[in-house]
Amino acid sequence: MDKRTKSAASSPLLTGYRPSPGVADELFDRAGEMRPVWTPFIRALSNLSEEELRAKFERGRQYLRDAGVYFRQYSGDPLNEREWPLSNIPVLLHETEWNEICRGLAQRANLLESVMADLYGPGRLLTGGHLPPRLITENSHWKRPMVGVQPRGGHYLHFLAFEIGRSPDGSWFVLGDRTQAPSGAGFALENRMAMRRVFPEDYPRAYTHRLVGFFESFRSTLEDLATANRSEAHQFGLLTPGRANDAFFEHLYISRYLGMLLLEGEDIVVQNGQAMVRTIEGPVPLGLLWRRIDSNFADPLELSPDSQIGVPGLVDAVRSGNLAMVNALGSGVLETRALMAFLPRISRVLTGEALAMPNIATWWCGDDAARAYVRENVDRMMIAPALALDLPFDSNSETVRGAEPEIVDLLDHPAPDLVGQETVALSTTPAWHDTPEGSRLTPCPMTVRVFAARTAEGWEFMQGGYARIGPDGDASALAMQRGGSVADVQIISDLPVPDVAGRRPGPDPSGQRRVRTESAALPARAADNLFWLGRYVVRFEEAARLLRAYHLRLAITDAPEDRLLRMISEFLKPVGIEATQAIPVGLRNRLFSAHNCASKVRDRFSQDGWIALNDLVKTVGQMTGSATPGDDAARAMSVLLRKTAGFSGVVTENMYRYYGWRFLSIGRALERIDALAAVLETFADPAAPDGALDVALEVADATMAHRRRYALGTTRDTVVDLLAHDTGNPRSVLYQLREMQRLAEDLPGATLSARPSALVRELLPVRTRLEVDQPEDVGTDIMREIRRAIARMSDRLADAHLR
Amino acid sequence: MTTMRYDVTLRIGYDYTSPTDRARNLLRVLPRDIPGVQVIGDWSLTLGPHPSEQRHFTDFFGNVVTSAVWHGRIDEVRITLNVQAERLSVTPLLALATPLSRLSQELAVVRDISADSPLHFTAASRRAPLDRTMTAFARDRLAPGMSVLDAVRAIGTAIYEEMTYSSDATHVDTEAAEAFAKRAGVCQDFSHIMIACLRGVGIPAAYVSGFLRTLPPPGKEKLVGVDAMHAWVRAWVGPETGWIEFDPTNNQTAGTDYITIGYGRDYDDVAPVRGAMRGAGKQTSEQSVDVVVLDG
Repeated sequence: MDKRTKSAASSPLLTGYRPSPGVADELFDRAGEMRPVWTPFIRALSNLSEEELRAKFERGRQYLRDAGVYFRQYSGDPLNEREWPLSNIPVLLHETEWNEICRGLAQRANLLESVMADLYGPGRLLTGGHLPPRLITENSHWKRPMVGVQPRGGHYLHFLAFEIGRSPDGSWFVLGDRTQAPSGAGFALENRMAMRRVFPEDYPRAYTHRLVGFFESFRSTLEDLATANRSEAHQFGLLTPGRANDAFFEHLYISRYLGMLLLEGEDIVVQNGQAMVRTIEGPVPLGLLWRRIDSNFADPLELSPDSQIGVPGLVDAVRSGNLAMVNALGSGVLETRALMAFLPRISRVLTGEALAMPNIATWWCGDDAARAYVRENVDRMMIAPALALDLPFDSNSETVRGAEPEIVDLLDHPAPDLVGQETVALSTTPAWHDTPEGSRLTPCPMTVRVFAARTAEGWEFMQGGYARIGPDGDASALAMQRGGSVADVQIISDLPVPDVAGRRPGPDPSGQRRVRTESAALPARAADNLFWLGRYVVRFEEAARLLRAYHLRLAITDAPEDRLLRMISEFLKPVGIEATQAIPVGLRNRLFSAHNCASKVRDRFSQDGWIALNDLVKTVGQMTGSATPGDDAARAMSVLLRKTAGFSGVVTENMYRYYGWRFLSIGRALERIDALAAVLETFADPAAPDGALDVALEVADATMAHRRRYALGTTRDTVVDLLAHDTGNPRSVLYQLREMQRLAEDLPGATLSARPSALVRELLPVRTRLEVDQPEDVGTDIMREIRRAIARMSDRLADAHLR
Repeated sequence: MTTMRYDVTLRIGYDYTSPTDRARNLLRVLPRDIPGVQVIGDWSLTLGPHPSEQRHFTDFFGNVVTSAVWHGRIDEVRITLNVQAERLSVTPLLALATPLSRLSQELAVVRDISADSPLHFTAASRRAPLDRTMTAFARDRLAPGMSVLDAVRAIGTAIYEEMTYSSDATHVDTEAAEAFAKRAGVCQDFSHIMIACLRGVGIPAAYVSGFLRTLPPPGKEKLVGVDAMHAWVRAWVGPETGWIEFDPTNNQTAGTDYITIGYGRDYDDVAPVRGAMRGAGKQTSEQSVDVVVLDG
């Protein structure tokens, strides 16, 4: 063993790997020996060439790119995303050490639950002098409407995260508790998936504890909380602030992974004290929300009035005892920095026990003795607002070094608004760095985020975690403010861990779990976005076809004043498209609208369809500015039309035929009919110039079909026959009307009553008319009538399903 | 002063330019019982169109809240409240005045966190944030050795003298600092300014919403703010005396001419109507108040 350790320790990768004196290191213990969990891994790494290593690392990055994992920060641009900064080297911890950590944190989780129950119950910690009342009464995260409200299911806290670090003496301590709406669990999963692609080898993979069991337990807890003691079925969902949030990807990913609804505030209404999901079938009861929005924003009526992302009446639903909340509204108060100064004592008061794992030494400067101590030792203090909620190393944290002169001055007077915390040195862990002397492992400071979920058996911990890796050089927690990377934390067993590959916590298709049908819970907002996605994509396509027809003719005649060209440009102008531009702004906007709708329903939308749509957006962006009117623009339109066909192909071929797909398809059909009717109204008008009928055929992609069917040449009647009546032509009004009727009759509620739905009732007269009338009877007035009927159908659909 | 009995009628109307779906309102319009100060008699509260749900509950501060929900679409809301309220004359304050210089020590030992505790009213709040200018203005009104009670009155009077009452200068969402910079506003602005001033010098201060009698007692002038709902300030002047109420809009202690609806940290906590509506339209509102003295 010693020899093998030595061979690993002497790896050239570790040249210059020198942990700073006075800090602990994950790779080497205090005696300078490599920790046994790392040895086989480092040895395996050392046997690889730099090229092989780089190829492995690239596999991980490729996985993350393909999976769409990205890093996002709040900024003006909601689509500002950059590559996920995953460190190529995992953090390895032995299970014995991990179990010890989890034991300490389970005690802390129970303590936090007791503190929460007291702050929203009798308040004895305050009246009894164990916690200065003003830390609570002046705290904007202590939510008065929640005082006295009993949580459904009996517990306030269900999902927690702890940020921990290792002290120089090798023991672990807590840097901060995340109790409001902890993020990172989904990213931990993705990090793991990526690491498995980087290091598929037996070690450490086979010896690493899996993450999936944790999610399985948590999911069944959520389901029990949502459904237990109910007389009717209840849904449960994850409440997200929306896609502008920096953790939206995680909300999307984790809701898919757990098979739960991804909901925004708009999706929920509260009626008679019961939260309901607005679905295409009307409101259905909601039993639980895993909220990923701050309590302050949860309800504009009883919490922050300026919230745009909350649910009016949500507090009422909780107060009525009908809605379980993970975690209870108001749980953010437990993240208050100053609370850590009192938790060690509170632990003894409430439980009679000392904290098994200490938290970072904290002094509240409202207490004179504590302030004097901080003042005296200010050189080794971090100073922060007493009511700060962030972690000391968050990039936007208000935490500063105590030694700043203006801070020292503040500490000369009572400072109830400040806390001092010991400047801690974190342990270092190996990270892969490119240096001028070559690529090698470098010791970098780290903290680990540990996730805990309440289950029927008590707190269960994710067997692994999410590490933040700071820049090398400075191991203080404050240095982490400068950012860095993240790493997969792997918990290593001495024996291979039984494989549970392929297990997912979501609904089991074998039917062992109760499988919720999609139909019962398609949120109206999602259906609305899919409907409009369908409409915008077709609008984009129809405009691109007209623009191609325009620029093809312009390339030949170079005469924009030509009657036919003018007819096309005047046709497009009222809908905001300037045909003389190569890539008109109005065309791009249609695509952006489609993309916008799709981005709101990424949880219910084909991954490949999303990729295809992004590719379209990228292509249009590249063409803008480079394409020129005429032949070049015509070619550009052909490229866009091909790519649009790719998107539509994914939608028609690959998407599961659930209700969401029907709304998308109805949107497409509606828009097709409207576009066909509009084109026929203008370009098949008897007064239209020569060549207009050819434009109509081109726009409907029916030139070849027409040639085959009508050998004698193009007349108004043949074009109207093919584009309005022909049920064999998918680009005819009648074909699309029948298609839409079929789709509409499959919508919920359409088959329950003997009468056709309001939507179908709007459709039937125009359908009958086209079936009975001959092409020569079909004038432009009928086309206008069809377009009016289409507008009414859209309204009827919205009334019935999208309210 | 003797006990006064009032008959209060409040009408609030909202019109939506386009129908709103599933509207939801929280109303804080019903005066509360206050032991030893105010007794509420018969009352009726009607809403039109008739809400799908309507019920009452008490909020953290003990105010009566009416929740009204409409499941369908509505294009207007009409609220009519009629209530009989008795305002008792309160024994004049004893002279156990806490000096302002001792107030922070007094507050530091308060552990009470019930609704009436001054601790809820020390921190800046959304509608009454601390502001250097207002704090400096308040500090200039203080004199050495002043009692908290005198400080409250001095600051309240200074605001009254400095500010012009004007219903055009501000609107319901105007920030206190802006109204103060304009030196103009309505009772809501006067109250938020006074609250920010008091908290700025360490005096716990609360917002009071309520009504004023419409016609003055014989021989007195009609007060300002009688034709709409009114607002004034509650300040904590020390452990012995507790809370006092001062109306900076009329420069007087709020006595038996006043009927209290509720207390809060600022307007947000006691807004007469907090609503949420779904729909693209805007809303317009109207309000009228009539406070008649019974067997006066």
